[in-house]
Amino acid sequence: MAFISSVKRTLKKVKWKRYTSYIVVGAWFAVLLLLDLFGGLNDTGSRLMMLAAVYAVLAVSLNLVVGVLGELSLGHAGFMAAGGYIGAIVSKALAPSLPVAAYFPVSMIAGGLAAAAFGILIGVPVLRLKGDYIAIVTLAFSMIVFTVAQNLDFTGGASGLKEIPAETNYINAFVVLIIVLVVIQNFTRSKHGRAIMSIRDNEIAARACGVNITYYKLFAFTLAAFLAGVGGCLYAHTATVLRPESVDYNTSIELLVMVVLGGMGSMTGSVIAAAVLTLLPEYLRFLQDYRMIIYAVVLILIMVINNNETLRRYKDRFFAWCKRALAAAWAKCKTALKGKKKAPAPAAETRETLQAPAEFTEVDETALDERERKGEK
Amino acid sequence: MPILKTENLSITFGGLKAVSDFSVEIEKNRIYGLIGPNGAGKTTVFNMLTGVYKPTAGRFYLDGEDLTGKSPIYINRKGVARTFQNIRLFGKMTVLENVLVGLHAMNKCDPFSSILRLPRYWRTERELKNKAHALLDVFGLDGEAEHISSNLPYGKQRKLEIARALATNPKLLLLDEPAAGMNPHETGELMETIRLIRDGFDMTILLIEHDLKLVSGICEEVTVLNFGTTLAQGKVEDVLRDPAVVTAYLGE
Ligand SMILES: Nc1ncnc2c1ncn2[C@@H]1O[C@H](COP(=O)(O)OP(=O)(O)O)[C@@H](O)[C@H]1O
Ligand SMILES: [Mg+2]
Repeated sequence: MAFISSVKRTLKKVKWKRYTSYIVVGAWFAVLLLLDLFGGLNDTGSRLMMLAAVYAVLAVSLNLVVGVLGELSLGHAGFMAAGGYIGAIVSKALAPSLPVAAYFPVSMIAGGLAAAAFGILIGVPVLRLKGDYIAIVTLAFSMIVFTVAQNLDFTGGASGLKEIPAETNYINAFVVLIIVLVVIQNFTRSKHGRAIMSIRDNEIAARACGVNITYYKLFAFTLAAFLAGVGGCLYAHTATVLRPESVDYNTSIELLVMVVLGGMGSMTGSVIAAAVLTLLPEYLRFLQDYRMIIYAVVLILIMVINNNETLRRYKDRFFAWCKRALAAAWAKCKTALKGKKKAPAPAAETRETLQAPAEFTEVDETALDERERKGEK
Repeated sequence: MPILKTENLSITFGGLKAVSDFSVEIEKNRIYGLIGPNGAGKTTVFNMLTGVYKPTAGRFYLDGEDLTGKSPIYINRKGVARTFQNIRLFGKMTVLENVLVGLHAMNKCDPFSSILRLPRYWRTERELKNKAHALLDVFGLDGEAEHISSNLPYGKQRKLEIARALATNPKLLLLDEPAAGMNPHETGELMETIRLIRDGFDMTILLIEHDLKLVSGICEEVTVLNFGTTLAQGKVEDVLRDPAVVTAYLGE
């Protein structure tokens, strides 16, 4: 018993929030492996899961730019394309002489490096500029990549690059996803990630704390480009043909919707949103034609809600309500489970249900604004 | 040798002389006040001393080293830290993380050690977290270490900003209207804190303040600015009795 309680205590000390993304992805992967083992995963299913994991890699890498660095990139598919084409070309060259396990990682790293090179190339001039310019330049970049890919010989032109070894499957996609998550989260939860987030939150204060703004912006941007290149390489190997259309600006927007929907800065959110947005249209076929319209509407709605004081308050209240409802349900489950052994502990329950910090922060923030205005005047 | 010495520091914004010929000498371990009506150019002086603005004329020296025209990062490394008139915390980060960003320059961990979680990462992280907690403890904020900083009440946000500035290990601390928006009780507490920083951290403090009571309470010397020019300078008791200062304040 003493052992069990000590284990319990240790488990309580663990900051679970840090590991949610690994738990979610790990559990999902484990379920797939089990299903596969017992023949419950058909070709369509495993292909969809593979695509979901590939998009998750791409969405998570975009989240590093949008959520963590706080800069809007509308051309993430440009990096994906760079990684995809270069990776596929390397694979085609190496495939005849090497086993998959040897050349696939090489192609992924080559694709990542190619994308990172583009990241530095456009990051150096652009990241000095403010906000909107970055969005516009990244968009232009991805359009250039698209047009170039459509017209060059070695990328296969408009009909696409053919005879790529289609070696991506849900297993290696998930392995890469987990590695990418580890890299991103270890990076963001360190000195470097904190520096990047401080730039996002307040550039002037970050500079006053001795944070080198240009260096860290470029670092985050290049790392994101590298990981997008890796994701693009995975994507290129999901089929034998890589067409320019599948890495055009529509894809950038789709990725952005995943990030925004999943919550800026939340890697778990990006993974879940990527999965939902990849799987949902497959099962709701009639949505296919309206997909881009729905995405656009969702983007507009989220932006409007997040940038409107009143609407945001309603949203916060809604989430606070959801949280309370969940907490109450959880407490009920607990008491139902423990009911036979012990009487319920109402004190703990009320404490949990009373937690609604959203309302308090609202009051504090407005009070602060008022004070600030008075002080400034 | 004075910790901070400025010589005729001046700046113009498109023809407007925001600050002209600002000269002070601040000895080590002093609490020095910079006062004056709104728009007098006090914050602009801070912006020049931290490298946010480049002075159009004049020079300034920290501990004898000429820092005129240097970048904010360089100046911060050399030992000037500041707080802001309208609080600038890293709002979406926790209280602890805010201080850890202040400790940024002290953290020698490289990106690869961080990503691969090598022993070096754990060592520096543990060391600096201990340091950050100790700093937060001084300001009575350790209980809120894991809170999101923008959720703190106003007074604590001000304190956190000071803690973050101190984390950069400065020789000179610049406080821009630290008491703005505080009630008298909070202001009293703040005066205590400022004294405590001076004594406990062996710090030199230059502070901008509106509240003359606070200024006369803790500053040893002051400079009064008005329309960018120095109106009076010297011991607090003398300056606050100066007729020119009285008119500048009451005439407003
Ligand atoms: N970046 C800037 N561009 C133009 N004018 C400025 C700038 N910064 C400050 N000023 C002007 O300099 C003067 C002094 O401002 P400031 O230093 O903020 O005054 P305060 O003494 O209240 O802190 C004001 O007239 C302000 O408009
Ligand atoms: Mg000011």
